[in-house]
Amino acid sequence: MANKKLHSLAALFKTPDEIINAAKKTTEAGYKKFDTNTPYPLHGMDRAMGMGQSKIGFVTLFFGLSGATFIFLFMWWCYAASYNIVVGGKPFLAIPAFIPITFETTVLFAAISTVVGMIAVYFKLPNNSHPLHDTEYMKAVSADKYGLVIEVEDEKFNKTEVTEFLNELGAYKIESIYFPEEEKHRMFEPKFIVFLIFVALATSGMTYVTLNKLMYITPFDWMDKQDKLSAQDGSNIFANGEGMRPPVDGTIARGYMPYPYEGQTNPAQVLSNPTIPTKQVLDLGKRKFLTFCSPCHGNFGDGNSRLQGQFPNGPTLHSDKIINYPDGMIYHIITNGQNAMPSYARQVTRDERWAIVDYIRVLQRAQNAKESDLTSANKESVSNVQN
Amino acid sequence: MSKIESGYVKKNLPQSVQKIGMILAGMGLVLGIAGFMFNSYRASYAYLVSFLFFLSIAVGSLFLVALEYAANADWSTPFRRISEFFAAALPLLLIFVIPLFLNTGNLFLWSHANFVHGDKMLEAKSAYLNTPFFVVRVVVIILLWCLFYWMITKNSQKQDNVQDQLLTKRNITLSVIFIPLFAITITLIAVDWVMSLESKWFSTIFGVYLFAGVTLSALAVLTLSAIKLKEKDYMHSAINKDHFYSLGTLLFAFTVFWGYIAFSQYMLIWYGNLPEETFWFMQRWDGGWKIISILLIVTHFIVPFFGLISYEAKTNLKRLKFMSIWILCVHFLDIYWLIMPSMSRNNHVYSFSWIDFVYPLLFVGVLLLVFNKMAEKFNLVPVGDPKLQRGLDFHL
Repeated sequence: MANKKLHSLAALFKTPDEIINAAKKTTEAGYKKFDTNTPYPLHGMDRAMGMGQSKIGFVTLFFGLSGATFIFLFMWWCYAASYNIVVGGKPFLAIPAFIPITFETTVLFAAISTVVGMIAVYFKLPNNSHPLHDTEYMKAVSADKYGLVIEVEDEKFNKTEVTEFLNELGAYKIESIYFPEEEKHRMFEPKFIVFLIFVALATSGMTYVTLNKLMYITPFDWMDKQDKLSAQDGSNIFANGEGMRPPVDGTIARGYMPYPYEGQTNPAQVLSNPTIPTKQVLDLGKRKFLTFCSPCHGNFGDGNSRLQGQFPNGPTLHSDKIINYPDGMIYHIITNGQNAMPSYARQVTRDERWAIVDYIRVLQRAQNAKESDLTSANKESVSNVQN
Repeated sequence: MSKIESGYVKKNLPQSVQKIGMILAGMGLVLGIAGFMFNSYRASYAYLVSFLFFLSIAVGSLFLVALEYAANADWSTPFRRISEFFAAALPLLLIFVIPLFLNTGNLFLWSHANFVHGDKMLEAKSAYLNTPFFVVRVVVIILLWCLFYWMITKNSQKQDNVQDQLLTKRNITLSVIFIPLFAITITLIAVDWVMSLESKWFSTIFGVYLFAGVTLSALAVLTLSAIKLKEKDYMHSAINKDHFYSLGTLLFAFTVFWGYIAFSQYMLIWYGNLPEETFWFMQRWDGGWKIISILLIVTHFIVPFFGLISYEAKTNLKRLKFMSIWILCVHFLDIYWLIMPSMSRNNHVYSFSWIDFVYPLLFVGVLLLVFNKMAEKFNLVPVGDPKLQRGLDFHL
């Protein structure tokens, strides 16, 4: 006992009124280094202890504003400076979209810095223990008693005087608090640091293994691994690692007839129309024409389409030049493309292309009807279909 | 009880309050009638702005009274009477709403049969948006508020003499019923009086937006009058800066709440980018309104936020008084910004007019007269309230 250093004298009180009164009296008596401990916050205690306004608010303000600035600049750098991506048609620097995140980050920075700042100041980091810990006094004030501590460091401290003073205030119990025998800075103890490093390595190692290895373990691979050829995999069927022989030169796929005049702008020769314009063929031609041709050439082939003005205008199909084209030339243009028009060979099959040509002929006849056609138009068109 | 009675002496407010009230109300009345005769179209909108400002303070004050009871708050008990006095303006709403009912044609496009006819959207809405139902709805809402005002304050006033705790209990029950009713009715008021000015616009958060402004203005008027009365020594002497600090924190909180709600409304509409929603903000970003919109963000959020954030601002009565006057002014600007662009919806040119600024005189005058009248009849501090002593002893 004798070589222990005294930290403070701690007094216990039974009611909140007593402790507020005691704090007031202690302030009046001129003690500076004293503190109170209560099981819950007491209104009016700050004033009774003569405490000024806490400065922790400035930490909160500073870090709150730093958080706002940091995250705003970060988002600006991500979305408007470094890597521009259009999101929902908004501008790159879309301030309204940034505000919620700025707000959240402000709150996060402010809250964490307040808590960390408070702990740092109260615990006097790196020290993480206090002489009051593990005392009867602390057990009492964290249950249902109210405590007041006067520290030895105070200029006016005198053990007998203080004991008397605390008794006068009405303390029902006074306890002497001693410093622990040796100063403990557990945070910088090698054992503690090694333990921290171990925990950090173990956590990251477990995370790595779980995410990169455990997640990819297949319990059953019966269906996953089969004796068959898979794309991009090697094979031992042929010596050069191929699983299949390439087709012989000149092979034609089923249903794919090669077009002899491919790529020629003005072919000297064209194919002749193999189709008979039956009603079935013309219906197919109409359907395909309306799907693929009408967006530019218009529903009647007159160049008056819904895309007019937004795109190079498709020419009318009723010009003398096109009326006088052989069927094969129109087929050639659909297959090969012309000027701004691309090739439609991939979208429209061979038979469908010929059907479109037949339907264009029908349109040309109908749109440029002669007077002789008008007299018995229906009859004419019906006979035309049947021919 | 002796301690309470020694701390509070009932005094009548100075004659100047009534005088100023009379002058303002008289000027407002004369100029207001002139405004309606001069340009009844403009006057209806300008009157609606001031009417909603008046309504905000009246019903917001009743909400604060109910909030105190429902939350069983001690610290605000010494201030409760001030809010009760301002809530006494509620029955007057029944009179002041009449000029608006006479001018629904000027205000609301949906009240014109030929405008609604043939418009599918408005025809579908006409089951709700039609003049008879509108009038009934508004009158019922105001009567409901008056009923609760009457029941709650009656108990509170009776308590001054009988000092019965049972009356506090009864008021708690009444307040708990009133608060959800208030939530519904203030939403309906927001939808009917403000949102339906643009009969095709809709925003589900709009009621909350108006609620934020209503509570903020009621708090500001409470803070302002509490400080004024404290300065002139009409309040209880035990009221200290911790009480005002708490009023300041509430003002700060509702400033942030207003900003939060206003931004939530804006951001969703901005993100969704649907023409049927964005046009409302486009109107307010058109021509000179752009300046007012930016001004509103600065004056209604940024200035009060930094003006009220520090401990000093909330305990220095002069600064707090300035901030509460400021908040009242910007709440007026907020309502002006909500309503007036609808007046000029057809032409892009907008200019201020003297008519816009005569009705606030009328309503501020009326509020002063009501407060003065109530202060003559009743104690400024609820001396019979069992929570009063705890409220007076309040310390941070």
